[in-house]
Amino acid sequence: MSLYTAHINVMPLTELLDPQGKAVNDSLHKLGFQAIQGIRIGKHITLQIEAASAEEAKQVAEDACKKLLYNAVMEQYEIVIS
Amino acid sequence: MKFGVVIFPGSNCDRDMIDALRNDMQQEVVELWHKDSSLPNFSKEDCVVLPGGFSYGDYLRCGAIASQSPIMQAIKEHANNGGKVLGVCNGFQILCESGLLPGALLMNDTQKFECKNVFLKKQSSTAPITKTIKDAVLQIPIAHGEGRYQADDAIIAQLKANDQILFTYCDADGSVSNVTNPNGTIDYIAGICNAGKNVFGMMPHPERATNAILGNIDGTQIFESLILN
Amino acid sequence: MQAPATLEQAIKLGLREEEFQEITKILGRTPNFTETAVYSVMWSEHCSYKNSITYLKKLPKDGSKILAKAGEENAGLVDIGDGWACSFKIESHNHPSAIEPFQGAATGVGGIHRDIFTMGARPIAALNSLRFGNLADAKTQHLLKGVVKGIGHYGNCFGVPTVAGEIYFEDCYTTNPLVNAMSVGVIPPGTKMISATSYGAGNPVFIVGSDTGKDGIGGASFASADITADSAEQLPAVQVGDPFQEKKLLEACMELAKTDSFIGMQDMGAAGIACSTSEMSAKGEHGMIIHLDKVPTRQKNMKAWEMLLSESQERMLVTVKKGREQEVIDMFEKWDIHCQQIGEVTTEPRLKYYMHDELMADIPAESLVLGGGAPIYQREYSEPSYFADVAKFDIHTIAEPTDLKAVATDLIQLPNIASKRWIYNQYDSMVGAANTNTNAPSDAAVVWVKGTTKGIGSTVDCNGRYVHANPKIGAMIAVSECARNLACSGAKGMAITNCLNFGNPYNPEVYYQFVYALEGMGEACLQFDTPVTGGNVSFYNQGPDGAVYPTPTIGMIGLVNDINNKMTMHFKNVGDTIYVLGKQVNDIACSEYLHKLCKVELSPTPYFNLQEEHAIQQLVLQLIDKKLIASAHDCAEGGLFVAAMESAMAGNLGLDIQATTPNGLRTDAYLFGEAQGRIVVSVSEENKTAFENACGANATKLGVVTSNGIQVIGQDWGSMHDWKMKYDEAIEKYLN
Repeated sequence: MSLYTAHINVMPLTELLDPQGKAVNDSLHKLGFQAIQGIRIGKHITLQIEAASAEEAKQVAEDACKKLLYNAVMEQYEIVIS
Repeated sequence: MKFGVVIFPGSNCDRDMIDALRNDMQQEVVELWHKDSSLPNFSKEDCVVLPGGFSYGDYLRCGAIASQSPIMQAIKEHANNGGKVLGVCNGFQILCESGLLPGALLMNDTQKFECKNVFLKKQSSTAPITKTIKDAVLQIPIAHGEGRYQADDAIIAQLKANDQILFTYCDADGSVSNVTNPNGTIDYIAGICNAGKNVFGMMPHPERATNAILGNIDGTQIFESLILN
Repeated sequence: MQAPATLEQAIKLGLREEEFQEITKILGRTPNFTETAVYSVMWSEHCSYKNSITYLKKLPKDGSKILAKAGEENAGLVDIGDGWACSFKIESHNHPSAIEPFQGAATGVGGIHRDIFTMGARPIAALNSLRFGNLADAKTQHLLKGVVKGIGHYGNCFGVPTVAGEIYFEDCYTTNPLVNAMSVGVIPPGTKMISATSYGAGNPVFIVGSDTGKDGIGGASFASADITADSAEQLPAVQVGDPFQEKKLLEACMELAKTDSFIGMQDMGAAGIACSTSEMSAKGEHGMIIHLDKVPTRQKNMKAWEMLLSESQERMLVTVKKGREQEVIDMFEKWDIHCQQIGEVTTEPRLKYYMHDELMADIPAESLVLGGGAPIYQREYSEPSYFADVAKFDIHTIAEPTDLKAVATDLIQLPNIASKRWIYNQYDSMVGAANTNTNAPSDAAVVWVKGTTKGIGSTVDCNGRYVHANPKIGAMIAVSECARNLACSGAKGMAITNCLNFGNPYNPEVYYQFVYALEGMGEACLQFDTPVTGGNVSFYNQGPDGAVYPTPTIGMIGLVNDINNKMTMHFKNVGDTIYVLGKQVNDIACSEYLHKLCKVELSPTPYFNLQEEHAIQQLVLQLIDKKLIASAHDCAEGGLFVAAMESAMAGNLGLDIQATTPNGLRTDAYLFGEAQGRIVVSVSEENKTAFENACGANATKLGVVTSNGIQVIGQDWGSMHDWKMKYDEAIEKYLN
């Protein structure tokens, strides 16, 4: 068994309004950052997993995402194992 | 002395603050707009008030976007010249984000928004906003999700050494204990001021306790002290 | 024009065959897909009330104080004197909350506030009425936490105090919770109501607020379909609310309301652009040309029908007076709100929707709307078969409890009775600095109208179990309890709004509940002189085990003319005498005690008499007027004992119920029965004689207020503080 780290990005679904991203986007424009667009704000979660392999660790992280860490109605996620 | 209440998009205690100061405390009040870049005829004696609410929806971090508003530059200059500034709830958060007050306000340890009456114990005997408060314990409402005051040990030590802690949470008898800490704030801190004692921040809402119709006028003592000193 | 749609497409969109034929007749041709989609939402139950309007129209809606009647505007409007008007309405967001409790509840709150401020009224109070399954169930806990957080998130940020509410936990709501939100607003003297109308050929039509995305496409139809396991597949129908945007929209609309630069305005709810353009045009008897390609969109490549049906939140449609455009644009830009002209008013009363100059739909506005061409159905109904089991209940089959204290202890901790502080502490109940209940609790929330001495009392009530047991009487009780809560606060009820939560209307037994509930509601409203000003119908509330309890939630407002005379519910002084007003009846039917502790599923409604109820309310109002009582609190769930305990706990005092069980009554009926029309009051020594003279046989002396001890019929039941701890912590134990 080894200790793996999962880096999980949970982001609002692209088709949904992200009020927070929109407000921050507008504010940056007012501060002069005209080149910036399309801000969306999500969560970054890191966690450690005892597993036999990176694949197994990823599976555990997947299960944790589906069970609790993300809301399928609102969000999508991606996992990177290191 | 006059008061200037700043209206940010998302401020929602601005009208309550204006009513409390104008009608209940009989003070001259001007409304200030977040897009303004100067304060109209403000002297050192005048007080700028940042009211409660959800400026910019509390998005990103509470107070973060408002702290970048055009008017904040003018307010910083006013404060640096010794002018008075009071931030209540979201206003306190904006003052911390803008660097006018040390520390930060984090999510309550309960992870929930909490709205209820709480008791405050006056701490600072030198800050204008607390100096002449008569009662040792005041009942003032809180309504916030991010009111857990956080600062490093050095800052806390300085706040204490310099008598900058305005209020701590307590119970009806004035005793301070974990039971009466509504949000997990460090050392039960409910409000602080800067080293110059002209910038004040507090989470509880004194403007919600200034009218007899609402059955609580404890908040008037806070404003009276601020006006008198 | 697009090719004609097929019947198969129409049916997929939720239309019935005969409806599709009717549309073909109206248009004189087969509708294309875009037109079919517009009809499908406008003729859905949600927008057209096609299965309910026949009975809704029978409800009393006239009154001398009514400024905007049911169906006339976005919400009812009532004259509260001295030039002030009060607008209020309740609405459901049940199905969205079942799918995504946080956003579902949040957008429900946002939607109802928009209905109020689109009329030019500033919201000053929010209320909610919630129903969930068993609180011990993990799914219920998840739904409850999400809904409460969602209501708080939106309401707290928007800056309107949540001042009152009710919540019940019953198994029938497990898969289909009910989330009903109410908003109350005021229009000051000198400001006119904004009408949801559009007229004046050539006047520009603007869309204001958030960009349009594919939010809730088909959501209006979605709310009119049963929730099944497959509902999870419809997930993209969730809408995300932005209370910050709505707060800015509110402030901009309040500034707009002070001007005469526009003709009318309507918020966008279900079927956004389609609904607002058709309803405003139909009301103003004009038409519109709309260029959909000018609508600011959040997502790329949106089709015409998607834009027409989108339910994206925080949007308004405004018809502006020609030549005043810049003034209106500047007003919204001040608040950083997008304001875009998308079309103009036409004399011909048709809606013509274009996309890049291609005509996508051409529909007579009037044919889409309720009261116009939308269909009206009379559904069949038959008496529910379970009524036979309700009638079988016999009080003698229930043994009288020997340990009353143990029963009382269990009762006070039932989730339907225990303190709801875990919930209401998450709501900002004080923003606006006008909620007088913070420091002086009363049965109805009384919000001070600043600038006057008036207070507006408001309350939401409905015991679904009573309505299930007898729809007519149950609905009467719901209206009566509202009026009673107001009376106990010193307010005379003025008008109601209703949120009619029922199961599938195509089920004759469900439709029976609907028909008779409305009959009872109408009768009670006439008795209390509280006309119905509008509301919302929510059918298809059911899970795998059938329909929810029929739950016609009533929201009532009342006026306290002098805010200093409002009555409170807590005991004031040790030694004050406690009385109960109203009749003592040997009745435990339908009570929390019988249902939850004795586990009797079905029993008749508790004792109720509409005239007696009215008389008791008149009496308490007189007693308040004469300043003869120190507190008033109505007997509701948990009966006399719980009512008296709530008055004691709220006053941080104890009580001694000295009066023994009246002749002919069982002790459980005396203490825990839920016979209606009763009010617990406390009276100071100096007022006792005058009080007893004023009440005569209507008052029964119960005992006295003590400093902390709880004594019941000669038994020592410990200290109030111990009871209060149990009462306060019962719900929290499930959730923390």
